[in-house]
Amino acid sequence: MTALHEAPVDLTTHLTAADIENLGAELDAIRDEVIASRGESDAAYIRKVIDAQRKLELTSRGILLFSLFPPAWIAGTIGLSVSKIIENMEIGHNVMHGQWDWMRDPKIHSTTWEWDNASPAELWKHSHNELHHTYTNVLGKDNDLGYGIMRVSEDQRWTPLYLLQPLSNAVNAVFFQYGIAFYDLQIGKYLKGRVDKDDFKARGKKVLAKIRRHATRDYVLHPLLSGPSALTTLTANATANVVRNLWTHSVIMCGHFPEGVETFSKSSIEGETRGEWYLRQMLGSANISGSRAMHFMTGNLSYQIEHHLFPDLPSNHYQKIAPKVEAVFERYGLTYTTGPLPKQVASAWKKIIRLSLPNNFLSSASN
Amino acid sequence: MTTTAPRTNPTALRGRMLRFVERITTPLVPSDYLDVIDPLRSGAALRGRIVEIHPETRDAVTLVIKPGRGWQGHVPGQYIRIGVDVDGVRQWRAYSLTSTTDRPDGCISITVKAIPDGTVSNYLVRRATVGTVVQLDQAASEFTLGTTAPAKLLFVTAGSGITPVMGMLRNLRADTASDVVVVHSAPTAADVIFGGELRMLAAQGLITLVEIHTDTDGMLDAGGLGDLVDDLAERHTMACGPVGLLDALETSWATAGLADQLYTERFRPTVIATGDGGAVSFSTTGITADNDGTQSLLDTGEAAGVLMPSGCRMGICFGCVAPLRQGAVRDLRTGAVTTAAEGDGVVIQTCVSAAAGPCDVAL
Repeated sequence: MTALHEAPVDLTTHLTAADIENLGAELDAIRDEVIASRGESDAAYIRKVIDAQRKLELTSRGILLFSLFPPAWIAGTIGLSVSKIIENMEIGHNVMHGQWDWMRDPKIHSTTWEWDNASPAELWKHSHNELHHTYTNVLGKDNDLGYGIMRVSEDQRWTPLYLLQPLSNAVNAVFFQYGIAFYDLQIGKYLKGRVDKDDFKARGKKVLAKIRRHATRDYVLHPLLSGPSALTTLTANATANVVRNLWTHSVIMCGHFPEGVETFSKSSIEGETRGEWYLRQMLGSANISGSRAMHFMTGNLSYQIEHHLFPDLPSNHYQKIAPKVEAVFERYGLTYTTGPLPKQVASAWKKIIRLSLPNNFLSSASN
Repeated sequence: MTTTAPRTNPTALRGRMLRFVERITTPLVPSDYLDVIDPLRSGAALRGRIVEIHPETRDAVTLVIKPGRGWQGHVPGQYIRIGVDVDGVRQWRAYSLTSTTDRPDGCISITVKAIPDGTVSNYLVRRATVGTVVQLDQAASEFTLGTTAPAKLLFVTAGSGITPVMGMLRNLRADTASDVVVVHSAPTAADVIFGGELRMLAAQGLITLVEIHTDTDGMLDAGGLGDLVDDLAERHTMACGPVGLLDALETSWATAGLADQLYTERFRPTVIATGDGGAVSFSTTGITADNDGTQSLLDTGEAAGVLMPSGCRMGICFGCVAPLRQGAVRDLRTGAVTTAAEGDGVVIQTCVSAAAGPCDVAL
């Protein structure tokens, strides 16, 4: 049997248990191939990206020292926004996944990396690598699924509070880094008394300390260093943070929210095999199609399906294995969900708006 | 005057400055940005740049390395640990320093012989290029002549075991004229690393050189050294070479009651036994437990009462990673074996690793 019988429409009834295990073996073979090919050019790639990002950040912050001069504000803000996006996505997210641990470079390692984001690496690795990647799209287990506050599936009971979710999602997009930091704290669970109080307090302290450090950097020290340009540097830094937030929020919404992506119930994953885990990742993720530059700026999370199947493979390999992965989808009669960025973002927003209303509200209203 | 005006301690001031700069660069530290500009600057993690590569024999080269500003110098006979990225993976090995200590350019040199299947030695001999930046540790080892060189010296070396000795000979030349005998073993005359230089030293009467070419002369016999060097018992003896030779020398010297006159340097990497399962030492907690080779180290540790970090338990989240100080582990998914020696900096996922021989996990 498949573990997915409780999905609203089971898209896997045509697959036998043996099919699913074969599918797992085919994906394992793709993984092994990448691992065998990892080498010098990959190491050179990530070092080049880190090097370029640091130079871009230094240059942008340097230009912003003169941000009173409008062209400097514009150039510096664009540079800093791009730098923050690369730092968070192609570098930070992927390094913390352990994608580069095989290099044995203690400076580019999941155990030592800290990123330019409100969420401390340690807490992020727990809620993202462990909870989100293991329990992808399992209602009640995967915090990324609506961040514990949104209705993302018809299976969730509707309450009037959900009417606000288009608004709360928009607010979350603007302040996304704080949103992530706070849902890493599992405030919802804490309020229900399901999280140890001391543990919660200790984690809360870490988050607040990091937020304070980053806010001091972007909103106090760098503006002060800019002298007469203090105020404009502050607005530039705030803009760069918001641009990064909006961009990462949109990319991440495209990963698991667009139409065609499945969600799963807690009971459906009991006793899940490796093949079934792979299958859930395949059905629970969606890609974004587009240019090389777009893929790079999403940290290759535009290859969300490949990333979810192999979260620890170096991100620069996702593009190369995507055709092979898509062929596996075809062979097993599964839908490889993908689309251009605007279409996927619109699709995710449509779903969020539709689910803010009771099930069948729109169709019954038109009857 | 009995009171002292408060003085600003330069170190404290530097510390405060550094903390201030760290607030500007958070979450990174200033050195992360400075490394982009100058990886060899003072205060950086110790690194070096390969500036020259000279072939010595058909399978050995000398690498001249310009160390970073943090280099503290060395004593002849010592080795350095060098970290190089081979196929993208950082690997650490120890090599003896062969340079004189007073080079005006401040460079150091190591001499590397390619050993069969040696990942690092083959890379350094055949693939490394001038300009490559390598990671370094400060020089180490007690295999030195101390402050005053003994009057009568015997060096017994084989293969690349000549390297720490060459480091000493080059620095000794200008020194007081010690009575030095070098017994060196290599397959043929052409395989003798520094062959020309050693023969020159012998021709100048600075050393007495005994070459043993094993292809024609047979193996160097530790017990028969007395036939080659008649005043063996009076000599301060230093030996470097394969484990078998050093063991034989130690036995022979001990039998002759001369154990305290023999100093050996064992530079070959420890051979790590690989098999199925093994004793796992969780060396931080001091707990040892057996792993049968099919169970994960995570399960073994938890069953033995070690506080193990853990996460997905299926190899994807990297929440369970821990340093493998020493030993061998096998990936339960792929069967791939990973080995580590002390200082290699190998980190493993305990949830998908089983013991492939005795191992030491830093938990």
